[in-house]
Amino acid sequence: MTPRRVALLRGGPSLERQVSLRSAARVEDALERLGIDFVSIDVGRSLVDDLRASEADVAFVALHGRGGEDGTVQELLEIVGMPYTGSGVLGCMRCMDKVLTKHMLLEEGLPTPDFFAFSEIAFKELGAGEALPAIEERLGFPVVVKPAAQGSALGIKFARSADDVPEALIAAFSYDDRVLLERHVEGRELAVSLLEDESGVRALPVVEAKPEQEYFYDFEARYEIGKTEFLCPADLPDDVTARAHDLAVSVFRLLGCYGFARVDMILSESDELQVLEAQAIPGLTETSLLPQAAEAAGIRFEQLVERMLEQALARSTAPATAG
Amino acid sequence: MRSSAMRDLMEITARPEVISLAGGLPDTSSFPPETFAAITGKIARQSCASALQYGPTEGFTQTKECIVEVMAAEGMRTDVDDIVVTTGGQQVIDLVTKTLIDPGDVVICEAPTYPGAVPTFSSYEADVIQIEMDSDGMRVDLLEETLERLDHEQRRPKFIYTVPTFQNPAGVTLSAPRRKRLVEIAHERELLVLEDNPYGLLRYEGEPLAPLYALDGGEYVMYLGTFSKILSPGIRLGWVTAPGPVLSKIKLGKQAADLCSSSLAQQFVELYFEEGRWRHYVQDLCGVYRQRRDAMLDALAEFFPHEAQWTQPSGGLFIWATLPDFIDTGDLLAKALREERVAFVPGSAAYVDGRGGSSMRLNFSGADVDGIVEGIRRIGKVVNEQIALFSTFAGPERRTGDDRRQASTRPAAPEDTTPLADVVELPRRGGERRAQGS
Repeated sequence: MTPRRVALLRGGPSLERQVSLRSAARVEDALERLGIDFVSIDVGRSLVDDLRASEADVAFVALHGRGGEDGTVQELLEIVGMPYTGSGVLGCMRCMDKVLTKHMLLEEGLPTPDFFAFSEIAFKELGAGEALPAIEERLGFPVVVKPAAQGSALGIKFARSADDVPEALIAAFSYDDRVLLERHVEGRELAVSLLEDESGVRALPVVEAKPEQEYFYDFEARYEIGKTEFLCPADLPDDVTARAHDLAVSVFRLLGCYGFARVDMILSESDELQVLEAQAIPGLTETSLLPQAAEAAGIRFEQLVERMLEQALARSTAPATAG
Repeated sequence: MRSSAMRDLMEITARPEVISLAGGLPDTSSFPPETFAAITGKIARQSCASALQYGPTEGFTQTKECIVEVMAAEGMRTDVDDIVVTTGGQQVIDLVTKTLIDPGDVVICEAPTYPGAVPTFSSYEADVIQIEMDSDGMRVDLLEETLERLDHEQRRPKFIYTVPTFQNPAGVTLSAPRRKRLVEIAHERELLVLEDNPYGLLRYEGEPLAPLYALDGGEYVMYLGTFSKILSPGIRLGWVTAPGPVLSKIKLGKQAADLCSSSLAQQFVELYFEEGRWRHYVQDLCGVYRQRRDAMLDALAEFFPHEAQWTQPSGGLFIWATLPDFIDTGDLLAKALREERVAFVPGSAAYVDGRGGSSMRLNFSGADVDGIVEGIRRIGKVVNEQIALFSTFAGPERRTGDDRRQASTRPAAPEDTTPLADVVELPRRGGERRAQGS
């Protein structure tokens, strides 16, 4: 099924606006090359009107972060009745909320590093600060401190000792009113992208992020171009690749994702895989991991965009799907 | 915060729904449209063809005569032949760096320095060394220590970059004795100095101090001027004066960069100066900015927590505020944008080495009084929230760290008349300092 006209949703007010604009610019090029008519919409107050006026039959959601990736825009698209790329409302909500993701993983018996999560209210009104020493003892240092809902690496801090924790918490609370403290698992960082078609969901070649040694403890630098090397496909034993693929597919299903997603995990030194998080709308920029993985699987960017749109239209005609 | 994430955040600050105290925008709304129309009309009638034509690389003589007049207003004597007209003051920083710096060469500047100079120095791979400031500007004693140390390492800085008057971002002004000493150092060591002076005429109180260029007579001091803050940044015109050999290289560099600056803009300046009212306009601007500065200082006193400190500029466009060291202003900006739709420049943008993380630059020229007061109220709100939250983390064994922090933070008191000696002398990042202390 080919779309007649695509509403390309981009930008918006989220902190990841610029990444979204870069993802969308690449999708625009692909749509032009595919000869598919489209209208670009910078997501804002007039979104509902813009969608209705667009006369599009499908929306390509090239949004990242709050609003665009957390189910909000998806809910509006449901109301307007326009099919859209990627996961539905519930799938987006589950991915965006790292705490919810981890609780679901635990319940399902899937591996994820130990963690504790707190809201601002817990500290302000319930004296959670008194519990910090016990938490630090349980998790051991270093501890990773993250905002519960922030798509990119923004606000992720690394606390090497108890002295670092308050500052890291303040930073993480700048991005969300809930944060999580997570045990740091030493190991290799792997990203498994998933792509769905009529035959089901399929894991793409694994990407490994290899930060330069000196930046190993600086999470922020890890994502700076040139400071991190991305290897695709990652050099892994076949059985590990198979386990990573299976695990990623399980996470995709558990969270109720649709169309595509990316699951980030760590391969620990004891050869165990631990899931860190899932991205409902992974980046589509020149340096993003999902397009790299697709390329390694022989899927060009245009084909990737085309498949995402086809899946969106397929869902709209199929009986109601989960998420 | 990584620099690419910071760039992304800064892009959001320009969104219309955001009150931005981040930019360095002068208020162009007070420029009379009739004057604009009269000048452009005159260009159309008198010199349409030449306004649309290329001009000389060094600029039109008539424009340079206006520049001589502007410099004279601050007590500087110069000759049209010593001036090259540039595309804004920013091009001067670029051309001087391009002319003088090979990768690895040393540039000395203030800590904090003009955030717009940092990427320029980086792009030519300069080794930037930053000298601490206090309320009297660059610590010239520390400069001398640094120069001694470099001597021992047999390294010679290519030039010293300074904004001595109403510094961007700190808002402080280099004192008269330090100006004298800096020029002496330049002579003793035969060192070039680039004096960046966009704000000298925007003085809201006190007596003007002689620019370094006036003290030195143009021997070792290169001078960067601009029409951006006294007329308009949109016309993109600045200038540089420098010793002959350097100036020739700058001209070559400019030829390669853009052949010449806009002929149309230069003619605009010429006709505007012919009217003879440029100084009145600057006075009007000073009146507007003085009011806005006072509004910002009052708002800071009202809405910022007592743990914060800030500078008290007598001119220019900026106030530099420093928060407790557990707050990273890059992360704070994310919260401020997300929850309060307000923006500032995080302090780390003014450093090359990751310092400045707890400071911020606040601009008081770009928003009106209501916007400034509301903007400061909103920033104060997020700062106070973070401080209140931080206080809830402190279990018994953390309190020692907290005491240490408070002992090192001078309580801010805008009415405090003691010199703001440690206001811009920023502590290193919290983690490092705690490590030293424990």
